Amino acid sequence: MAAIKKAAAKRKVKVPAKAERQLSLIEVAPASAPARAAGVAPGKVTVKATAKALAKAKAARVAAAEPEAELELPVEPPAAAERTPRRRATAEQMAKGQREISISEFFTKNRHLLGFDNPSKALLTTIKEAVDNSLDACEEAGILPEITIEVRDLALDVRGQGELTKGEGRFVVIVEDNGPGIVKGQVPKIFGKLLYGSKFHRLKQARGQQGIGISAAAMYGQLTTGRPIRVTSRTGKGKPAHAFEIQIDTRKNDPTVVSDQEQKDWPQEHGTRVELEIVADWRTGQRFVNRYVEHTALSNPHATVHYLRPKQERLTFPRATDELPREALEIKPHPHGVELGALMLMAAESRSHDVKGFLQTAFSRVSAPVAGAILKNSGIKERLRPRELGEDRALAEKLHKGILATRIMAPSTNCLSPIGDELMKRGLVSFLSVIETEGPEAEDDGQLDLDSAAKKPVRRKGKAPEPAPPPELPPEEGEERIKGHKYFIATVTRPPKVYRGNPFQVEVGLAFGGSWPADKTIELFRFANRVPLLFQRGACGMTEAIVKTDWRNYLLSQPKGSLPVGPMALLVHIASVWVPFTSEAKEALAHYPEIIREIQLAAQECGRKLATFIRKKKQADYQAQRRSIFELYIEEVAGSIHRITGNSRDAIKRDFLRVAEQVTEADLAAEDKKLDEASEKLTRRPRRRDEEAE
Amino acid sequence: MRLDAVSKKTVGKIERLAESVIKSVKGRKNPFVEIPIRSLANVHFDKKKGVVQLGSQTQKRYFFNVAMAKKFMQTFLVSDACKELVESGKTTSIRDLYYITKHTIGDTRQNTFEEQDESDPIIEDLEVSLDALREELHLFASRKGSMVGPVTIRDSGDTIDLRRMGSGGWAVPSIVEENVVQLGKHEARYILLIEKDAVWSRFNEDKFWKREKCIIIQGGGQPPRGVRRMVQRLHAELRLPVYVLVDNDPWGFYIYSVMKQGSINLAYESMRMAVPSARFVGLSSFDKDKYELPMNVAIKMDDGDVARARQMLAYPWFADKRWQREIQEMVRSGVKFELEALSRRGISFITEEYLPKKLREKDWLE
Repeated sequence: MAAIKKAAAKRKVKVPAKAERQLSLIEVAPASAPARAAGVAPGKVTVKATAKALAKAKAARVAAAEPEAELELPVEPPAAAERTPRRRATAEQMAKGQREISISEFFTKNRHLLGFDNPSKALLTTIKEAVDNSLDACEEAGILPEITIEVRDLALDVRGQGELTKGEGRFVVIVEDNGPGIVKGQVPKIFGKLLYGSKFHRLKQARGQQGIGISAAAMYGQLTTGRPIRVTSRTGKGKPAHAFEIQIDTRKNDPTVVSDQEQKDWPQEHGTRVELEIVADWRTGQRFVNRYVEHTALSNPHATVHYLRPKQERLTFPRATDELPREALEIKPHPHGVELGALMLMAAESRSHDVKGFLQTAFSRVSAPVAGAILKNSGIKERLRPRELGEDRALAEKLHKGILATRIMAPSTNCLSPIGDELMKRGLVSFLSVIETEGPEAEDDGQLDLDSAAKKPVRRKGKAPEPAPPPELPPEEGEERIKGHKYFIATVTRPPKVYRGNPFQVEVGLAFGGSWPADKTIELFRFANRVPLLFQRGACGMTEAIVKTDWRNYLLSQPKGSLPVGPMALLVHIASVWVPFTSEAKEALAHYPEIIREIQLAAQECGRKLATFIRKKKQADYQAQRRSIFELYIEEVAGSIHRITGNSRDAIKRDFLRVAEQVTEADLAAEDKKLDEASEKLTRRPRRRDEEAE
Repeated sequence: MRLDAVSKKTVGKIERLAESVIKSVKGRKNPFVEIPIRSLANVHFDKKKGVVQLGSQTQKRYFFNVAMAKKFMQTFLVSDACKELVESGKTTSIRDLYYITKHTIGDTRQNTFEEQDESDPIIEDLEVSLDALREELHLFASRKGSMVGPVTIRDSGDTIDLRRMGSGGWAVPSIVEENVVQLGKHEARYILLIEKDAVWSRFNEDKFWKREKCIIIQGGGQPPRGVRRMVQRLHAELRLPVYVLVDNDPWGFYIYSVMKQGSINLAYESMRMAVPSARFVGLSSFDKDKYELPMNVAIKMDDGDVARARQMLAYPWFADKRWQREIQEMVRSGVKFELEALSRRGISFITEEYLPKKLREKDWLE
């Protein structure tokens, strides 16, 4: 008996913990619906951020606790009567162990959900969160971003001398921008409170969304090094810069300001500087960071990015344009994208007097006649109060079906801010210009994946200077010469499309040739709202779309079921107010057929440009080779004829060369014509599937 | 150095060819060399003259054509070298010419000629397009063939008595044109062309030529140009009939036919090389019975032999009934005989019985 009691006691200890875990999950469920409705990835928001919402959630939890706990725990005997398990705990006993968990506590245990799985990934995530915030802020304020990213190894001395940390160690990450700055009063909350931010409450294309990232990074730093996040910000010329040290009270999810000092001689007129001390692994993590920095520069051609790394030269990606991206406008959700739960919640919170008014105010593209049509299709009275709808599931479902049955104009697409094909091109050029120079550095540590491509020519030059190429033909159309390497660059920005009421826009760009290795799989750069996606390439819908595209049509080789092989980097960008990711880590795009098809169309369009180029180039190479053969032979023939006839050798040569030019030009023109016709055919005769989509 | 008339003419031809190219490029035209086609399709048998002749089809070899440019260039390298040879009064082998004209082009790894097989046809092309003989270009092919008989000649200024040539005979040079070889006094009644060196040696050792008063000459299989030209000159200038003694196999028949009416490849020189009146004295397909040759000295014909024989049945110059019978008999029996098979009847059977009997009985084919 005593033994049994002991066991029960043990269980008592265990059970609450279990229940609590489940509770935290329970909370997730109802919250995810509005989250999605609001255009955010679901699940991340376990608790509403405003005080009001928090209170509400608390109340809901108390209400939910009892029945849920009973449901989840095996307290009820199974149907079979002969084996009745003993009751282990009463609801009252269990209630003692049930208490609120703070979001910060939740994170402490689940930091992998936010990309802090291990020290090398944490390094990247920390930088990424800070940079995303900086870029968003600059763009919103209308400032051309100039961002400095610095990683400092604390094992090195002030002058950067010493041994680099091997494996895990302490690092300082610094991200500084020239953004609008942050009002003094807001700084502690933004950096010291999870789920605090401006972007969550609106439907707008932005990099960050939940207001969770930077404070999570701060928490990570605090957890691993005990050091508070240090933020310096200045909002304008006449105002002083403020330097804060902020600690997070992980129980209360509240910031504690450790120090707050005015800083007199801050050089920036306005901007924000964030410093975080974290445990990281630079040696293995640097290649992620390098890639992230490069790709961020690539997808943000309007930004200048400085990159400082331990023991390495400062690297700068200068901006390729002085033009800020088009401002993405905030929009209301489109009725076709709303889910039932979200619809109910929206109705419950609506301040409209009737359903018709609710529909018109809460959604985009719903005019009075459209609202009337919806109501007619769902058989709901116009004067029904939205609140009733929020409480009556059956009624809401009727309305939901009615909405889907009604033709509604596609949402406005001015909420999207694509890179644009011209800027994508310039971004590629300036990106390639930087990585082409970086070759020799990379040789030592083999870090930038990209540099393995850039390395080769540089190394070759070091050994023996390549013989000066023969008088070069003028670059083909669309060809760019970058540091002596010729790249063909093609970009396509598709018109905006709508997926379940969410506008999105796909862009594809490619850089072909140069020093990309010709015998390797192409480089695929994936971006969502200008943020590089670095992990889970295989699981990503973008990869799927590119793999499914038949690149052999565009003169690249392509093993079955994989990416094409060739000297090429391919950039895929999707811009949307709501990018469907496969997981919370925002690492891979979900496999939605509408989106995949759109990517394929863009890739095909780029591919056609590429095919035309490759064909022309092959032809031109052939012609050049041919001409050079003729030139060699002319030398011989002129010599022979000179000896036979005594005529001037040079005169004979000149005459021959004149004919050569005329003959080969004529041939070239004929070949060109043939090619143009061929490629026109190719463009005019897209696959049937493509036509449907056009 | 002063050039003789023939050489002057040859140099002139080469110069005109080069000038035509200069004219073309000056006029912004694609320059070309016009070359008569040397293939079966452009060859016909002139029944009246009894020789194979080149047709009128020509081919233009353009410089600005990827497929032809190299050959065009090679043609002028050869022309240049030939002109130099002619002007310096020197003669060389076609292999030598290959080495003279071979060099690397520019800073590539390409050579003007990779193989002699590349330069030989270019020489033949040049011969036909210039209408100049190889000899006139001061080129010779490999030298083979020997000759003895009751005749005196002058070779490059040396008087040679072909009655006193010992066992080896006089080696027939590649070039036997009048400017090199002149024919002198003779007592010969006919010319005997023998396919093989070994059989010729038998005839020489047995002093067949002395007894029969004939000139015996051999070309080591298919006679080279020098031998054929020599036979043709002896025939034409000394007015002597020509007899051909070859193996009883398709190859032997072919040697006879080339001597008689010229070859396809050298059809342009038929008139200077062929002796349409040449007579075939053996070995005939019917000799095996007539001269009682046992079957164990026969050689079985292989598929290639049969095919070749069948092919020959279709040649217009073998259209004669007797030739058809001759070839058909060979195909029918399925065996062939070498001249040496006659030695089965005695080592000098061929010189003492076989050939005298053939000539006596006029047992030959024409």
